[in-house]
Amino acid sequence: MKRRKFEELFFRVLMILATVIVAGSFFVIVGTIFIKGFRYMNLDMITKTPGGGFYIGKEGGVLNAIVGSAYVAGGATLLGLLISIPVAIFINLYMNGKKLWPNVLRLCYDVLFGIPSIVYGAFGFLIMVYFGLRASLLGGIIAVTLLVIPIMVRALDEVIRTVPGELRDAALSLGATRWEMAKVVLRQIRPGILTAILLSFGRAIGDVASVLFTAGFSDNVPTSLHQPAATLPLAIFFQLGSAVDEVQGRGYASALILTIIVLIITILSGILSKKFSKYKV
Amino acid sequence: MQKFRLLKDKILYKLMLVFTLASASLILVIGIGLYQRSIPLLQSSSWTQLLTSDTWKPLKGLFGFYPFIMGTLWVTGIAIVIALPLCLLVALYLTEYAPARIRNILNPLVNLLSGIPPVIFGVWGVLFIIPFIQKFVAPHFVDYSTGYSVLAGGIVLAVMIFPLIVSIITEVFRTIPQDLRDASLSLGATKWETVKKVVLRKAFPGIIAAVVLAVSRAFGETIAVLMVCGNNAVAPHSVFDPGYPLPALIANNYGEMMSIPRYDSALMFAALLLFLIILLFNIISRVILSRLESRLAV
Amino acid sequence: MTKTPHISVQHLNVHIGDQHILKDISINIRDKKVTSIIGPSGCGKTTLLKSFNRLLDNTPDVKITGKVLVDGEDIYDPNAEVTHIRKKMGLLSQRPYPLPMSIYDNVAYGPRIHGLRKKPALDELVEEQLKATGLWNEVKDRLNTSASRLSIGQQQRLCLARGLAVGPEIILGDESTSALDPLSTSIIEDLFISLKEKYSIVLVTHILRQARRVSDYIIFVYMGRIVEFGPTEEVLLNPKEELTQEYVKGFIS
Repeated sequence: MKRRKFEELFFRVLMILATVIVAGSFFVIVGTIFIKGFRYMNLDMITKTPGGGFYIGKEGGVLNAIVGSAYVAGGATLLGLLISIPVAIFINLYMNGKKLWPNVLRLCYDVLFGIPSIVYGAFGFLIMVYFGLRASLLGGIIAVTLLVIPIMVRALDEVIRTVPGELRDAALSLGATRWEMAKVVLRQIRPGILTAILLSFGRAIGDVASVLFTAGFSDNVPTSLHQPAATLPLAIFFQLGSAVDEVQGRGYASALILTIIVLIITILSGILSKKFSKYKV
Repeated sequence: MQKFRLLKDKILYKLMLVFTLASASLILVIGIGLYQRSIPLLQSSSWTQLLTSDTWKPLKGLFGFYPFIMGTLWVTGIAIVIALPLCLLVALYLTEYAPARIRNILNPLVNLLSGIPPVIFGVWGVLFIIPFIQKFVAPHFVDYSTGYSVLAGGIVLAVMIFPLIVSIITEVFRTIPQDLRDASLSLGATKWETVKKVVLRKAFPGIIAAVVLAVSRAFGETIAVLMVCGNNAVAPHSVFDPGYPLPALIANNYGEMMSIPRYDSALMFAALLLFLIILLFNIISRVILSRLESRLAV
Repeated sequence: MTKTPHISVQHLNVHIGDQHILKDISINIRDKKVTSIIGPSGCGKTTLLKSFNRLLDNTPDVKITGKVLVDGEDIYDPNAEVTHIRKKMGLLSQRPYPLPMSIYDNVAYGPRIHGLRKKPALDELVEEQLKATGLWNEVKDRLNTSASRLSIGQQQRLCLARGLAVGPEIILGDESTSALDPLSTSIIEDLFISLKEKYSIVLVTHILRQARRVSDYIIFVYMGRIVEFGPTEEVLLNPKEELTQEYVKGFIS
């Protein structure tokens, strides 16, 4: 009996230790970024573009990357939304009665969800070469859209599934067409759509491998779709690789900026999804 | 008016159908596209040659992928060895032992961890893990190490996949009915004995699925590993050796891709390899998980 | 001569969250008899049963006050050893829950945990309990196959054998035949009748016919209170309380 008790206690301690490590790793990571990056943070970072050449310039900030990332992520999220909403509606609302197809399609999107961003980047590059595009904002948006579609479809799918079938039936029995019924459902899940958008935007803005080949890089804020665009993650990567201390410092500060942006987005989407589920019960 | 509504409905239906089929078929399109681009390389060497040769000299036209495959395996292996036991314990704690208060703090925390972009993990790896390995760990084992190693890559990767493994295993545990645990407890078993002999057994396929999914995620992770791995085109022999996983290979060399003959084919081939392996793992894992769901829904 | 009751409940109160589920329950369960707890759904029957082997402890937000004496010892005493208490009772749930292992291992699970490792002794025990529940002939050739392959009726008998293997004194049944077909149900009912020579049995049931067939005593619970308690025939055919009369009305043997 004593041995049994001891074994239980031993594993309990182990469990708590593991939990501390896993939960603590979050604080260690964010803490390291904050501590290192805070020193180099100043207003210039977010308002100016790099001065004096990117790798060796000692002045300026990363406005180019912030705006570039916003454009790429924003464009991709928008495009992704335009494609994912019809898909999610189609799978859930138009295909009722058939059991097989929706599940096959869901498997497809689950698999697409698991494909790493580097493959999307490589494929995006292939598309660009095929159409004769250069590394540019447009290229970046295309690649990131591909990355974002499975994420959005999954999130929207989950949300639409929570809508009870009776709502759909109610609209249809009033003589609505399928599209009109879909609009009703969409209005019902508005917070869920917002959460999906936030989720995708957060993923898009932080990803490197998909924009590596496709968006190029530039010291300037892009003014057209065909200009190369700098992105925050890439900016961080390049800056950290520089031999100049000030540039490295800017890298840490950029990392801090990206971390803050993503944390805000994650917290927001978490709050939203809690609020959303409060409605449903 | 009526006609217009119906027409609009029909058009939209067709449009949605097209969008759906097109995006779902992306899997095929990507696979075919990558394969097409790899053909020039496959014309000069066979699959076995490419996968087993360890000579990587692009300028001489020699493309042996063995070091990179090994690099990927080492890094992923280390990551799973670290992450699996830890996450299993955490998932057990969360579902079987933790009071609601603690669960409500831990769940959002794990969620936040999953949102951190990979490049930030890379920065943390460079700032924290590399010096840690170089100063505190390696001196016990080897003469000299820069800290840039597969061990560093494995640790960073492990932390990145924590949220994934924890969330899947927690879900699996939650599908086990409480009455089954009660049956064991009523026989006089302690909570831990119940967990060990009943819960874990029942959850075993789900845990495997979680591992398979985590492996496929780890395989594809690019930037974080790239920043801490050392990127040396030689197969690693110890955890302190540098490594060069497949995604890092692709990411690092895309610049020279177009200037050296067949280099772009080689990189596309690497992408194809990754794609195929991850595809396989994903499908296996999803099938296991969905079978579990349906068996328990009965 | 009054025998010491096997289980004696004294002023038991159970709150789950802010709901007062069991209100001041005091009752004695007689030794080596079958006692059935009847009553409408949701009135606390299962809660009462689960309080006997302290399985109730695991319900979130639960508050238990009062005493439950088994063989004179309060099982809710802070010093009481829970796994030891649970060993004294075997629980049979509504649906059978075979453990994810072979038939043999299911029955051997309890004894193994409590220290019995020697194979010959285990073999003997497994055979004994499977015979006691009438399963032996049906499964003796496939003891090492998975328990989930048995039919539901067989699984429930397996769970009973499993519970008996730890050598309890009391058997608790929570609507244990409600998932079974009529044949399996009557097999289990017969088992209860024969087992009461060795064990005290407490059953929760909503099938009055079953209660009448199997039990010696009946407790009628309504809205968390014990409304009536007495020998089977009295409570079912000649109830004293009006509530009981309402509940059993229309019950013709």
